[in-house]
Amino acid sequence: MKDGRPVNLDISTMKLPITAWASISHRVSGILTIPIFALFLWVLQLSLESKESFQILQENFSAPLAKVFIILVLTVYSYHLLAGIKHLIMDLGYGETFEGGVIGAKLLFACTGISFILISWWLW
Amino acid sequence: MNVTVFNRSGISDWILQRASSVIMLAYSLTVASAVIPDTSYEAWSVFMTQTWMRGFSTLALLAMIAHSWIGVWAVLTDYVTVRMLGSLGERLRLFLLVLMGILLLVYLLWGVFIIWGFI
Ligand code: HEM
Repeated sequence: MKDGRPVNLDISTMKLPITAWASISHRVSGILTIPIFALFLWVLQLSLESKESFQILQENFSAPLAKVFIILVLTVYSYHLLAGIKHLIMDLGYGETFEGGVIGAKLLFACTGISFILISWWLW
Repeated sequence: MNVTVFNRSGISDWILQRASSVIMLAYSLTVASAVIPDTSYEAWSVFMTQTWMRGFSTLALLAMIAHSWIGVWAVLTDYVTVRMLGSLGERLRLFLLVLMGILLLVYLLWGVFIIWGFI
């Protein structure tokens, strides 16, 4: 497309509503999940290969730094998943107003916080 | 028409993106509900190597690949463009799509190998 319309896409000059933050971080978390998936596959492989490899995996995951890393990774994935659920609900026609979007975004951030706490509690 | 679209039209891409989301959501919940109450090797390997679970894992893997391809396509089409990057935009976008295709192919082969490879 080559029309001469001016476009302002400099995000840093805009003040974004909470709904925009929810949406952009859904995008970022989706992209991040692609490399994270390699980690999932690797963990799946070690967990199924043999009892020994499973135990090695468990020992490695008990290191504090590894735990922090795994918790962060699972939180990113759960954010994408929860934001995905919100997206699907809105596709069905619920909460498609601006107020609905704001409530949805707040709920989304709250649920992500809860899932972060649950994941940490489970793994620590 | 754009050959890099997963399907021939945006509508079917849209539907596939939703269908794959639902499959992965169901799969994630299934795996979580198995692994959270019992983290032993025995329970985990028995659970994962059931035939229906191998089938479900394969389905989820295929869903992940379609979902990621459509997702990356959408993101690149928004940001890696002629308007954003000048004449390089078009070629850079194709290059990144090819890279992503290779990565997803590796995921597919690796995933199938894991899902069906261990007894
Ligand atoms: C390995 C797992 C996953 C990966 C790598 C992944 C990756 C992505 C990417 C890159 C996008 C494009 C982002 C955009 O266009 O803004 C996306 C979009 C989306 N994802 Fe996922 N995703 C995964 C799992 C899930 C799950 C489990 C759900 C289910 C709730 C989900 C729901 C969605 C939805 C609804 C969209 C569409 C967003 C839109 O159209 O703007 N994803 N995903």
